[in-house]
Amino acid sequence: MSNYLSIAHYIPELILVLIILSVIIVDLVPNLKNFKFPITFLGLGFVALSLFLSHGEKASIFMDLIVVDPFSHFFKWIFIISTFSVILISRYSVEVDEENHVEYISLMLMILLGLFLMASSVNILMIYLAVELVSIPSYILAGMKKNDRASNEASLKYVIFGSFASGLMLFGLSWLYGVSGSTNIIEIHNALLTNGNPLLVYISLLFILVGFGYKISMAPFHYWTPDVYEGSPTPVTAFFSIGPKAAGFAILIRIIYTIFTDNGGLNAATSLYDVNWTLIFAVLAAITMTVGNFLALHQENVKRLLAFSSISHVGFMLIGLSVIGTEALSAVLFYLVVYLFMTLSAFYIAIFVKNKLDADTIDGWSGLAKRNPFISAFMVISLVSLAGLPPTAGFVGKFYLLAVLFRAKTFYWLAIVAILNSVVSLYYYFKIVKSMYFINESDEVNITPLEVNPYIKWTAVLFSAQTILFYLYWTPLIEFINRSLVFWNS
Amino acid sequence: MDSIILTLLIFLPVFGAVIMLPASKMYGKDNPNIFKWIALVITGIQLLLAIILYAGFDPSLSISASPYTVQVDWIKHFNIQYFVGVDGLSMPMVLLTALLSFLSIGISWNITKQPLGYFSLFLLLDAGMMGVFLSLDFFLFYVFWEVMLLPMYFLIGMWGGPKRHYAAIKFFLFTLFGSVFMLLGMLALYFYSDPHTFNLITLIQTASTIDVDLWGMDMRYLIWLALFIGFAIKVPVFPFHTWLPLAHVEAPTAISVILAGVLLKMGTYGLLRISYPLLPGEVINFAYILAFLGVVNILWGAVNAIAQIDMKKMIAYSSVSHMGYVLLGMAAVVSTNDGGAQAGLNGAVMQMFNHGTITAMLFMLVGVIYEKAHHRWIFYPDDYEDSSLAGKPGFGGIGSQMPVFTAFVAFAFFAGLGLPALSGFISEALCFIGGFSAFRTLTIIGTLGILLNAIYFLRAYQHVFLGPLNEKYKDYSDMSKLDLAIVIPLAFIVLFLGVYPAPLVNMIAPSLDNLIQTIQSAF
Repeated sequence: MSNYLSIAHYIPELILVLIILSVIIVDLVPNLKNFKFPITFLGLGFVALSLFLSHGEKASIFMDLIVVDPFSHFFKWIFIISTFSVILISRYSVEVDEENHVEYISLMLMILLGLFLMASSVNILMIYLAVELVSIPSYILAGMKKNDRASNEASLKYVIFGSFASGLMLFGLSWLYGVSGSTNIIEIHNALLTNGNPLLVYISLLFILVGFGYKISMAPFHYWTPDVYEGSPTPVTAFFSIGPKAAGFAILIRIIYTIFTDNGGLNAATSLYDVNWTLIFAVLAAITMTVGNFLALHQENVKRLLAFSSISHVGFMLIGLSVIGTEALSAVLFYLVVYLFMTLSAFYIAIFVKNKLDADTIDGWSGLAKRNPFISAFMVISLVSLAGLPPTAGFVGKFYLLAVLFRAKTFYWLAIVAILNSVVSLYYYFKIVKSMYFINESDEVNITPLEVNPYIKWTAVLFSAQTILFYLYWTPLIEFINRSLVFWNS
Repeated sequence: MDSIILTLLIFLPVFGAVIMLPASKMYGKDNPNIFKWIALVITGIQLLLAIILYAGFDPSLSISASPYTVQVDWIKHFNIQYFVGVDGLSMPMVLLTALLSFLSIGISWNITKQPLGYFSLFLLLDAGMMGVFLSLDFFLFYVFWEVMLLPMYFLIGMWGGPKRHYAAIKFFLFTLFGSVFMLLGMLALYFYSDPHTFNLITLIQTASTIDVDLWGMDMRYLIWLALFIGFAIKVPVFPFHTWLPLAHVEAPTAISVILAGVLLKMGTYGLLRISYPLLPGEVINFAYILAFLGVVNILWGAVNAIAQIDMKKMIAYSSVSHMGYVLLGMAAVVSTNDGGAQAGLNGAVMQMFNHGTITAMLFMLVGVIYEKAHHRWIFYPDDYEDSSLAGKPGFGGIGSQMPVFTAFVAFAFFAGLGLPALSGFISEALCFIGGFSAFRTLTIIGTLGILLNAIYFLRAYQHVFLGPLNEKYKDYSDMSKLDLAIVIPLAFIVLFLGVYPAPLVNMIAPSLDNLIQTIQSAF
């Protein structure tokens, strides 16, 4: 589609660009300074509205650089919900200085734009650009606490690891370009069909995996995660653990299913040249969840604990890539939605505790149940969901992922690794519960009630309630996901 | 009315837990009265419903013909149904759950620490237990099975004894470890059966047609193992029993009653409800191991109980021992002798019910003395903090000071050691008769358990209640009216079923006959 006609399919992104610009401009006018947040929320509302109106569209726009399809549409909802909630809470977080609000908002919105592009790129150059558009503002956001050494360290680590991974990914992509002479992933697939070979597929796949593995913090490329998560301001950590990961999965699924399967679409049945990449993903899934869980066991810092737990959740989602088929993908997407809600609510409450008690460690949460029973109860729900127990959607998500293996009747060892991991994860999630609820008689605990900001309170409640709601009846969600599993060209 | 009674049994407690929230706003959340009355009324209605259900219950009807069965689609995408029903196997468990929940509220009457949390969690636990016994869809069963863990974790961890935090997480991790294996078994059953279903009635036909090998083993055997791990931890079968003494000892009295009275039965109930009918061929292959584990449980539990100086821990180990009888009776289902299988299986289910009532009585009575003395040592341990007491008897001569209490303890102890004319005798005897017809040597070894049981119960009785009165306890009053109100119904049931077990047998026998047929036809 020509550039001019493409604009009609590009309205959400254009609105987004508009908000970024207007937030910066508004901040320059002294009388309008306080309108930054309202403008952002209003603008994101418009983005959501235009996204809603574009439901079901399929098009390849801007000379086949990016596409609009139900698949990217689904991910855009995840991005916008996570960004909206994170900006909402950032306003009340003590870790984000008020004078930095404008940089903060605009960087986050730029990342959102990058995420939108990541989910919809079909050209390897565009993919690279989109990844960098997400990465570079992320490096800055990680260092947002300018006078905090940990935050600076997080930022620097992120840059170094990030650039290294991008380089490797570029190298992998260049192999594909070398074979096909094209940057469009569909043409690459066609070229590979005629003059590719398994070795070539292996090499390029592995290098590309490094790049995306780093984005989704898959072991063994997860080393940056704990330090960056710990050093960054908590709202930024919440943002990193959802948006970029979801985008990493979006682009991974798109590339793998377009390039490395026999018929280049989501309805593929076997891999290209019978390259056994499903086994690679199965092994990576097992390593990732085990590493994440076992390293989380001894963490005393809540943010580090949540960082490692997010690694283990990525491991779980990778189960869905160890089997080819739409049923497997719908399990991944389902888990992503659930993960979005449970992680957001856990981080919301973590931010609340950080604001009120300035507590970084689990011990700092001691006696929270006495001081604010309402919030504590909802934290328990989110943690139960993260641990994957009924009656929460976290259980349904795990159930779907395990069902993937049983439906395909393969990799039963992975299923056993996964369930043992979920037992392990219970232990460290419940360290937080223990700290909140179980108090020894001898301990001196402050029991003065803590007030919660109503926005934080009700948003956290809303998100936790989602996990119960999707547990009680998840048919609409799974139907929406099944409708979303369509590329633009099918 | 018929079709909603089961749903009411499950969800009435949930409703009770929910209305406690507005009640706490109106009456203040530290005032225990309103919460315990709500809990009492709700569990009372539940008990009433269970009795109404029992009155209208026809044991000869199959589940599909029963008017109480409810089957509604829940999640079409996975063919999950809300499918609840009652048969001879679940009926006694439903009665037991309703009865013990109601009495446990009475036992908890003096709870003052965070009453809102205590009673609402208790009701959620109650709902989970009812759900497990009434579910006929494996997914639903699993959900209720797991839902129960969370309230139990908090009830032990917040209202328990000195080592409650450790006990709570240990209980949680052990049972979760088991249930995740059950989850795998459940998924395998679903995807290997054709058509894919979680319906436990349909699966009886389809599960036996699974014919696949995995890792050089029969798939059905692997499924059996996965399910067995899940259920065995709950029973608990040696060597998975280590969570039990800790959890029972640390839990508050009412929760110990529920743990020993109802939760342990879920393990054996799960085996009878799911593993037995679905995988009859594997039951036959595994029966000897099951009987062996049963005998190990009987002896190991009893020997450990003898070594205990804490009364509650002694009763906890006696539970391990008594659940061994159930396992032995269940294994006897493969007996080819005339009536051996019937005796074994009927004995096992009766023992499940009887142990529930007897052990509830035991824990409740220990709770009474603990409330007064704040300890329950038969002998103080050698490293007791007060060195003048170390190694000395904890009580002594209570019998003359508290005669009514002593009489009830004697009654409960004798019921526990299987005195004829009390209910435990009949079920234990049936388990042994069944076991003897199938596994002669093992059962003979197992009967030693009767002797060992007598040793620890009588020893405890002697040191606590007989002999000269320990001066410390000379102004203790006897049981209160509330205590009597709780213990008398239990004692009545134990005595009644000991003399006239027919109501219980008639209730369970037809369903168990079907089960025996299913298994015997797999030979």
